[in-house]
Amino acid sequence: MEKRVTFKGWLLPMLLIAPQLIISAVFFFYPAGEAVWQSLFIPDPFGLSMQYVGLGNFEYLFSDPYYRASFLTTAVFSTLVTLVSMIPALFLAVLADRLVKGAGTYRTLLIWPYAVAPAVAGVLWLFMFNTRIGVVAFYLNQLGYDWNHVLNEHEAMGLVVVASAWGRISYNFLFYFAALQAVPKSVIEAAAIDGAHFWRRFFTIVLPLLSPTTFFLLVVNIVYAFFETFGVIHTITSGGPQQATTILVYKVYADGFVGQDLGSSAAQSVVLLVVVGILTVLQFKFVEKRVHY
Amino acid sequence: MKNFALGAALASATLAAPFTAQAATEIQFWHAFTGRLGELVDQQVKDFNASQSDYEVVATHKGNYSETLNAGIAAFRAGEQPDILMVFEVGTATMMAAKGAIKPVYQVMADAGVPFNADDYIGAVKGYYTTTDGKMLSLPFNSSTPVLWVNRDMLDTAGVAKDAPLTTWEDVGKVLDQLKASGVDCPMTTAWQSWIHLENLSAYHNVPFASQENGFAGLDAQLEFNGPVQVKHIQTMGDWAKKGEFIYKGRRNEGGADFRAGTCALFTESSAGYAGIKSEAKFNFEVHPLPYWGDVAGAPQNTIIGGASLWVMSGKDDSHYKGVAEFLSYLSSPEVQAKWHQDTGYLPITKAAADLTREQGFYEANPGTDVAVKQMTANAPTANSKGIRLGNFDQIRGIIDEELEAVWSGDKTAQDALDNAVTRGNQLLRRFEQANR
Repeated sequence: MEKRVTFKGWLLPMLLIAPQLIISAVFFFYPAGEAVWQSLFIPDPFGLSMQYVGLGNFEYLFSDPYYRASFLTTAVFSTLVTLVSMIPALFLAVLADRLVKGAGTYRTLLIWPYAVAPAVAGVLWLFMFNTRIGVVAFYLNQLGYDWNHVLNEHEAMGLVVVASAWGRISYNFLFYFAALQAVPKSVIEAAAIDGAHFWRRFFTIVLPLLSPTTFFLLVVNIVYAFFETFGVIHTITSGGPQQATTILVYKVYADGFVGQDLGSSAAQSVVLLVVVGILTVLQFKFVEKRVHY
Repeated sequence: MKNFALGAALASATLAAPFTAQAATEIQFWHAFTGRLGELVDQQVKDFNASQSDYEVVATHKGNYSETLNAGIAAFRAGEQPDILMVFEVGTATMMAAKGAIKPVYQVMADAGVPFNADDYIGAVKGYYTTTDGKMLSLPFNSSTPVLWVNRDMLDTAGVAKDAPLTTWEDVGKVLDQLKASGVDCPMTTAWQSWIHLENLSAYHNVPFASQENGFAGLDAQLEFNGPVQVKHIQTMGDWAKKGEFIYKGRRNEGGADFRAGTCALFTESSAGYAGIKSEAKFNFEVHPLPYWGDVAGAPQNTIIGGASLWVMSGKDDSHYKGVAEFLSYLSSPEVQAKWHQDTGYLPITKAAADLTREQGFYEANPGTDVAVKQMTANAPTANSKGIRLGNFDQIRGIIDEELEAVWSGDKTAQDALDNAVTRGNQLLRRFEQANR
């Protein structure tokens, strides 16, 4: 039987979990509750008056075809960001794991981009792809490709994905690299003796053993793509062209802080809260089953 | 009397403690200018502070126009608002609707006993910031209007005759064909597409941008910029874009860098582009009035302004408002305004500043600098051409930008795009109406 430690009385356990409870209440439940409350009103920007509209803000949102399209944009964007940041990270981690000389230098260089703030990363990539002065745009032009992410939605999407994923590769690399160190050498050596070549060993042994890390990174990266990328989008495309890169959280930001439509912004936050809640439940219910701890 | 007592107290405090710099009342002024414009504003503030000892104006840069407005709104909600906030013309309706958050300029001036006459300002500028009964709510600060900038060297190289007219869009079309045929990559680009090619286009051709006198007469205005004149213009620009004659660079003034670098031949941009073009362009450039469509009766009417005005925020001590009034009065004095106009290319917003500039011989020495003034004051403004006052206008411009981009990329016809922009924009107008009921 499992050994359980039980406390006598309520005071000590409550005291011990109090810090976490207080943090959750102040930084999560209170703002979330406030958002739900505000989503029922149309306030004026200065907070001088507000009109109760019931579910009017939600009706307004869902009758807007651009808002509905934004769900698909968000799905495409998050999937791409997650893939583009995780696959190269794993690849680089595997390579770095096999390094004998200069491993420290490579590691440092690979982790470096993580220190760059998203908005700064956005500006960096924007400069490289700027249609007038960008180096990449210039060479693409030399090759006969007319790069213009200001008007071409696929190019715009590609650019914000790469700019968002770039810094995350370092973060994911760090976790994969640590996880690879933890893969028992004996198992790999046994497989090698049995004649399994490198890629076979990788797919049948290493990858499954990395699954807890992969799952963790999957959740973290999707949350990142959902919530922390608006700096990049704001600096590169401002959600354009034709809202092709307007993901849900960018719209919350743009409507709330640029457009001063706090009612709609609050309603969108509530929708986002529900979406992310559902996503997390789904991930833990279905994806986690395939994880071997 | 209270003002006087306080002033006297302040004055005696200053006398008693000549080494305490804190004796002067601090006036916070938030603005959106960087670079050369930022330096010029700082200079104005410095000169004002040096001219008297009762008040100390502290100018702070708060980001671009949108960011400055948002910083002001957030600060007001937190009770930490500045005394003076710079708000771009797009935010005018938002500020006007916020009756409890602002103190109208005419009232600030009257309370402080500082002489002030709204009629000193040139019509098109005054109209934008006054109520329908002529009371000025915010002080016009920097106002500009769109003009056509021309790289004469590129036109010469392309073999365009020196006297080839650029008066109408029909003329422009011919020149664009010529430029393209001679291998120019960027015959024309633009800045601020909605402001120039829809808002000003409508005013210039005396057709409505929105109902209710473009929103001046009521919050229930509906957008109307999908009429035949606008559709024709946008469709023509779309056709030029398809032929590679109009090159789209971005929503703000991204195209300015291309023009100043000498890669684009024609450029529709604010008259305030003057400061940058003058200092950077290594070619012969010219300023032309904004072209119009020759086949539209009544064109050219007059163009409208863009830029910003200064709003006085409510909730401050009377002593502050006295200082604010002094500062605003200083800013609108003919000498300060004339210098500002000549340094920046912004319009001289008072008649006195315009006269002073003329007397100083500035226009003779710098040909083309008066094009914007003439174009804007050519005719008395009509209901369609005195300005635009719509709520949520920053967002509506965002929608217009999106729809225009669809035309430039060839995804939509001008009619579809403008119809869609009108429908989507009207929803935002209704929300604004609801929020300010």
